[in-house]
Amino acid sequence: MIKKILIANRGEIAARVIRTCKQLGITTVAVYSEADQKAPYVNMADEKHLLGGPRVQESYLNIDKIISIARKTNVDAIHPGYGFLSESSIFVEKCEEASITFIGPPKKAIEQMGSKIKARNLMQQAGVPVIPGTEEAINNIDEAINIAQSIGYPIMLKASHGGGGIGMQVVQNEQDLVKSFESNAKRAQAFFGNGAMFMEKKIENARHIEIQLLADHFGNVIHLFERDCSIQRRNQKVIEEAPCPCLSQETRTKMGEAAITAAKSLGYTNAGTVEFLVDEKENFYFLEMNTRIQVEHPITEEITGIDIVEKQIEIADRKVLTIKQEDLNISGYAMEARIYAEDPKTFLPSPGHIHTFSIPKEDYIRHELGVTENYDVTPFYDPMIGKLIVKGESRELVVNRLKEALLHYKVEGIKTNIPMLLKTLDHEAFRKGNITTTFVENQLNK
Amino acid sequence: MQELKATMAGSVWKITVNKGDVVKEGQDVVILESMKMEIPIPAEQDGAIKEIKVSEGDFVNEGDVIAVIEG
Repeated sequence: MIKKILIANRGEIAARVIRTCKQLGITTVAVYSEADQKAPYVNMADEKHLLGGPRVQESYLNIDKIISIARKTNVDAIHPGYGFLSESSIFVEKCEEASITFIGPPKKAIEQMGSKIKARNLMQQAGVPVIPGTEEAINNIDEAINIAQSIGYPIMLKASHGGGGIGMQVVQNEQDLVKSFESNAKRAQAFFGNGAMFMEKKIENARHIEIQLLADHFGNVIHLFERDCSIQRRNQKVIEEAPCPCLSQETRTKMGEAAITAAKSLGYTNAGTVEFLVDEKENFYFLEMNTRIQVEHPITEEITGIDIVEKQIEIADRKVLTIKQEDLNISGYAMEARIYAEDPKTFLPSPGHIHTFSIPKEDYIRHELGVTENYDVTPFYDPMIGKLIVKGESRELVVNRLKEALLHYKVEGIKTNIPMLLKTLDHEAFRKGNITTTFVENQLNK
Repeated sequence: MQELKATMAGSVWKITVNKGDVVKEGQDVVILESMKMEIPIPAEQDGAIKEIKVSEGDFVNEGDVIAVIEG
């Protein structure tokens, strides 16, 4: 029985996990870097332990240190959050060795989905549609040119072990490919320790739609419907909504079934997300599977009434998933805006001191926060400082409520993307729900 | 002589020139990493790199001198 959990993460997601633990009567241990001594989540936990210096290698990626604190504090389980060690199979192995439950999927599923090339092949074998592309890592530029010719331009060049948009680029022609192949492979090597590259045909006018899954240890797999995450900048999500404003019930059902097939073929357990690209004709293609909780999970919680973190803990505790697919319904609409410390036009980061911070409060507003007033946003981590989640009966109401809430969201001392979010909410195409993943670069700034 | 300064706080990820190199305006001298993003710091004038004041892995604050360029 899980009675004490260490949260191997920081910021808003650490705070989020601690909140559910408190509701379940579970004792929590927070870990933090020197840069995060004053972070709000640190004092929410029952116990706190310093990991080390501000750099991620010294702190949130320091497996030995995290395991030693977990042993010392006698925790039953570790929640990895997202990012950092959440998709590290080595970390899962170290947890197992220390007889600590890792709140997440089995090591093998993480490994299989961690390599995008392997994931593509496995999904294809399981009968889940994938984007036309390469089946093996591309070794050099000559090979890349040949393969690109057979797939046909435009192409997405991607890092097999990549994430967060790093090592990924749209390639329009051979000249582009020559220019970008080496640099992206190098970047992937530097960021992910693996420079393997692959290519997929670029799906034009696509939406990014993903399916949230829950799977227990007894073969029960359900999906909690979809999230539309088409509003992105630098290949990173900015606004997410659930349900998708334009998906037919038939496609929704098919995508849910495909995601369940994917999970079953992997022997997957715990929470996970299968990401798809969906074209104008509602053809959908497997993009990747995230073997962890996602940043945008709250919107699914708002439309289903399910606490995903609670389910993660229960599943890790080997409890049976009692919710059946047919019991689930979509109730209303939910939308999330990610608040980033960045310039709203150039999207360049804006670390600094927040001297004033005040947020709107309404019963239809949910906040997930990593910062507070009089707080230093340091350059060591992701620029996301908070998430603003709004719900309502209809999409139109939710868009209006989100706009109103953003107008009352005051962050002073650093730049934020709030002006960009407001501009998006006012855009005609967005209002109509008529958006694709290129909305920000092609429509918003024109 | 021009002092090239960091435009934001971050870690020095890559130094893309050597002491003595001749650079053109707009050419990257250093790439910082801040908030998981690469921030190139380009030369603001043509000239020769007289001095590089940082090493890869160093932490710099906004306004810190990264290199000295002699034009």
